Amino acid sequence: MGGVLVVLEQREGSLKAVSCEALSVGRQLADQLGADVEALLIGPPGLDRGVGGQYGADRVSVVASDDLNLYQPAAYRDAVVDRVRAGEHQVVVLSATAMGKDLGPRIAARLRCALAVDVTSVEASNGIRVTRPVYSGKAVYSLSITGSPCVISVRPNAFPAVDRASDPKVEELEAPSTDARCRTVQVREPETARLDVSEAGTIVSGGRGLKEPANFKLLEDLADAIGRCAVGASRAVVDAGWRPHADQVGQTGKTVSPQLYIAVGISGAIQHLAGMRTSKVIVAINKDRDAPIFKIADYGIVGDLFEIVPRLTQEVKTLRGG
Amino acid sequence: MKIAVCVKRVPDTETRVRPGADGKSISEDGVKFVLNPYDEFAVEEALKLKEQAGAGEVVVVAMGTGASQETIRHALAMGADRGVLLETDARSLDPVSSATILADELRPGEFDLILFGKMAIDDYNHATGVVVAELLDVPCVSAIAHLVVADGKGKADREIEGGVEVVEFTLPAVLTADKGLNEPRYPALRGIMLAKKKPLEVKPVSLQDGAISVEGLSLPPERAEGRILGEGPDAVPVLIDALRNEAKVL
Repeated sequence: MGGVLVVLEQREGSLKAVSCEALSVGRQLADQLGADVEALLIGPPGLDRGVGGQYGADRVSVVASDDLNLYQPAAYRDAVVDRVRAGEHQVVVLSATAMGKDLGPRIAARLRCALAVDVTSVEASNGIRVTRPVYSGKAVYSLSITGSPCVISVRPNAFPAVDRASDPKVEELEAPSTDARCRTVQVREPETARLDVSEAGTIVSGGRGLKEPANFKLLEDLADAIGRCAVGASRAVVDAGWRPHADQVGQTGKTVSPQLYIAVGISGAIQHLAGMRTSKVIVAINKDRDAPIFKIADYGIVGDLFEIVPRLTQEVKTLRGG
Repeated sequence: MKIAVCVKRVPDTETRVRPGADGKSISEDGVKFVLNPYDEFAVEEALKLKEQAGAGEVVVVAMGTGASQETIRHALAMGADRGVLLETDARSLDPVSSATILADELRPGEFDLILFGKMAIDDYNHATGVVVAELLDVPCVSAIAHLVVADGKGKADREIEGGVEVVEFTLPAVLTADKGLNEPRYPALRGIMLAKKKPLEVKPVSLQDGAISVEGLSLPPERAEGRILGEGPDAVPVLIDALRNEAKVL
């Protein structure tokens, strides 16, 4: 026995894309350890089990119950801890999402074992070695984990989902009971249909250069033209109450790594740069040629954002239309 | 209402991080330290809950070097009643190691609520509060942005990707605070003067590395120098071309 346990994450019965990344990380670790991968699916009845076989799981365990549609911390924790104890897994892999960041510590506490959060690389050689950004990405720790088991959560978008066909054995397990002292009763959907900055492939972010809250409409329009695009914000405009804190990118907001990050009217305070510097491509639009944001941007346009952004929106629309 | 708030001394968000001589931690030369911003929300919430209850005590607990006394004094100046410093020069990246010491301190306190920031902005672990709750076997809601407490029960909102989870729980409980929970008060001069006389107990503790050791701390790779494509809206077609044909992200 032994091996790697990957905890998959669902929402409303659909598997989240980050789970494919986590499963691929688990497969890679298991190959290095010469061990098996077990995928653990916790949620409502009727979950799609097929994903295990797409990303190389050797076994799929399903803990399904109507009570587990929403994330119920104690029951989810018990489902994982029971599997680790029964299977003597060496490594538990989760995604560093809102759920994974809550569930990981619970599992580590119950197993009295090591926990490494939000890792961006992981390797099994002489124990488990991981790197993880700290100080909001201003520095990177290389950590060595001894002892077994250990729990790691992997940063979304930091690992590829690697196709690997397998024919896993599927096993249904009994669902643990929920904790009457603490229950998730509801998930409120946001008023807008816009993607969260932590999940979007493209982010258009605005700062004080937009001058007033209503002008974020320019960025909303650009985001709509681009598609699958979130609208982010600097700390200055969040603190001023222009935008919700959920949109804040930076050290006291979210750390993001989209394919494309467009910073509009953001000068580039060090705590903001820390939160978006791992974006694949960064574009800056700012009137101040000396703004620090241009030091980190791949492409910059100097000038009046009120002229540049509408033109950009127009060009993107033309592109999408053609 | 008896409330504990666990706080940490961390480098200010404007800190330019450089590796220290040991290659495993940051150089503290010229670094300004502050009360972890998420812990400020926790302190504020504790003070509000005590005010709402009309009676009670807010105890601030920190683990760290002697310099953390300053951090505790800041929370006392905001209005907390007394402080406890679990003093150690050691640091650990293993959440279970740190949480075990905190849980041992908190267990006999019989607190109705124990509050944390959702994470410290240095280690980014996002874990200590949750692990303490598990070790104490009490309900825990992490990263809360809204809270109502009444009659031994509570209801909290926590932000998840593209939504908000609503969680109901019974007291005693551990909660970790996200930004948006409240607007922390600034210590008034009177508060700062009073804080100097408030009790602050120092207890030495022995913090172990646990199962995680730091091999090194490095700076992230520098981004390649970018380029300014032009000025004003006329540069937009150049940008579109670069994003499509060079970077291939549009």
